[in-house]
Amino acid sequence: MRRLFKLDRTPVSPASKEVRRLERRLFLRQSLSLGALTLMSGCSVTDAESVQRVLWAMSRWNDRVQGWLFDPEKLAPVYPESAITRPFPFNAFYDEDEVPEVDAEDYKLELAGLIRERRPWTLPELHALPRTSQVTRHICVEGWSAIGKWGGVPFRTFLERIGADLTAKYVGFKCADDYYTSIDMATALHPQTLLAFTYAGETLPPKFGFPMKLRIPTKLGFKNPKHVTAIYVTNMYPGGYWEDQGYNWFSGS
Amino acid sequence: MAAPETFDRPAESTAQAHPLTVRITHWINAVAILVMILSGWRIYNASPLLDFKFPRDLTLGGWLGGALQWHFAAMWLLALNGIVYLVYGFISGHFRRDFLPVTVTAILRDIGEALRGKLPHELGVYNAVQRTAYLSVIVLGVILILSGLAIWKPVQLQELAALFGGYEGARWVHFLAMVVLCLFVLVHVIMVMLVPKTFLPMWTGRAPPGPRESNEEKPA
Ligand code: HEM
Repeated sequence: MRRLFKLDRTPVSPASKEVRRLERRLFLRQSLSLGALTLMSGCSVTDAESVQRVLWAMSRWNDRVQGWLFDPEKLAPVYPESAITRPFPFNAFYDEDEVPEVDAEDYKLELAGLIRERRPWTLPELHALPRTSQVTRHICVEGWSAIGKWGGVPFRTFLERIGADLTAKYVGFKCADDYYTSIDMATALHPQTLLAFTYAGETLPPKFGFPMKLRIPTKLGFKNPKHVTAIYVTNMYPGGYWEDQGYNWFSGS
Repeated sequence: MAAPETFDRPAESTAQAHPLTVRITHWINAVAILVMILSGWRIYNASPLLDFKFPRDLTLGGWLGGALQWHFAAMWLLALNGIVYLVYGFISGHFRRDFLPVTVTAILRDIGEALRGKLPHELGVYNAVQRTAYLSVIVLGVILILSGLAIWKPVQLQELAALFGGYEGARWVHFLAMVVLCLFVLVHVIMVMLVPKTFLPMWTGRAPPGPRESNEEKPA
């Protein structure tokens, strides 16, 4: 199995040790359901751990397949404004009253990694970038979906402006709510991937990710980080808050 | 399996009830379907379409992320195994020989005979009700996989998703197809329990010794 689904991650994946630790923790945390028990009756706990390893390996395989399937030219369907879901649902790994408050005055977007101009950006500087907007469907990993309208600078324009290494593999994000995630470069450069500052034409409200979120209509909702405070470009697999717990990393739609 | 296939049905059915490829793919499919359904129930529970959730203890995966891992791993087993079965079924003539023809008259006749307890069971020969059920469940499997692909990749495969009425439509089709599949499996397994002598040949491929005809009903 190991060799068959060899990770396409260079240099030696720093995540693998971390992932193994998480695997173990997860496995201990989740009591085996009846379904799993029926499937594994007669197997020892070690076998169950190797089952977990196979599942993680299959998830890495699915990352690769999705990378191949991803067409950088293919646009997500767009909708008329009348199709927008009202009210648009709030969703995070915490409740709505725990949404972080970001001070617009003090805010600085930090840049790191394989980027030529790494000076931090203030909000007025970011807001001066060319803008576009689009009405697209946000699809949650849970299965529900909702249509919304986001506006901002095409992420590709921003990456070009800061001199990011566009041949690097990953773009990582850190957020004011301690969330973190990462995406593949191909998706980062997709024409519909936006560094979004507005929702429905208004400044992005705190619950939707003030001062900015990454809006990626070609990925599931949890791959769209809110309250972004740092962006870095890297060739080392950065993982993510949910991804490290078991959600598929690529999670493209 | 290796021997050239003929239309000589009676002779064939004594020697071999089910070809090896059919037996192997059938049982791999049974495992894959079980994993897909049980993990699918856990995924459904994360955002139910109806005012109903599946009992947590019946589901597979422990939490949404675990269930998704099972679902997206077993889908490869299901799809690849399904392709082997379909290719074999068409090329070997198994579908044409054992599933066709199926006519409305034959279905009505077989239902009538079954109700009167007079439907003979011959191992290796499916009655019209079985033929209909098996052909339908093959089509159902194709619908399940295609609607699943549409939910998985509603942007990359948006033309496919559009066939099902978009992302939300594909979710419903996928869910309803699962419900119908569960009904098939339920009836299918009940029929096997009612006619238990069909069970072993699905593993061994051989019809057991003894009279080949009886008045028992056949599994559908
Ligand atoms: C785990 C429970 C299952 C049992 C005990 C079982 C048993 C059997 C048996 C005994 C037969 C042969 C019937 C005969 O000779 O008259 C059969 C055939 C068949 N079963 Fe199942 N089965 C199971 C699950 C499934 C599932 C989950 C599916 C599909 C979703 C399925 C689809 C079929 C099909 C399509 C055939 C005809 C195969 C062919 O000849 O190509 N079965 N099954």
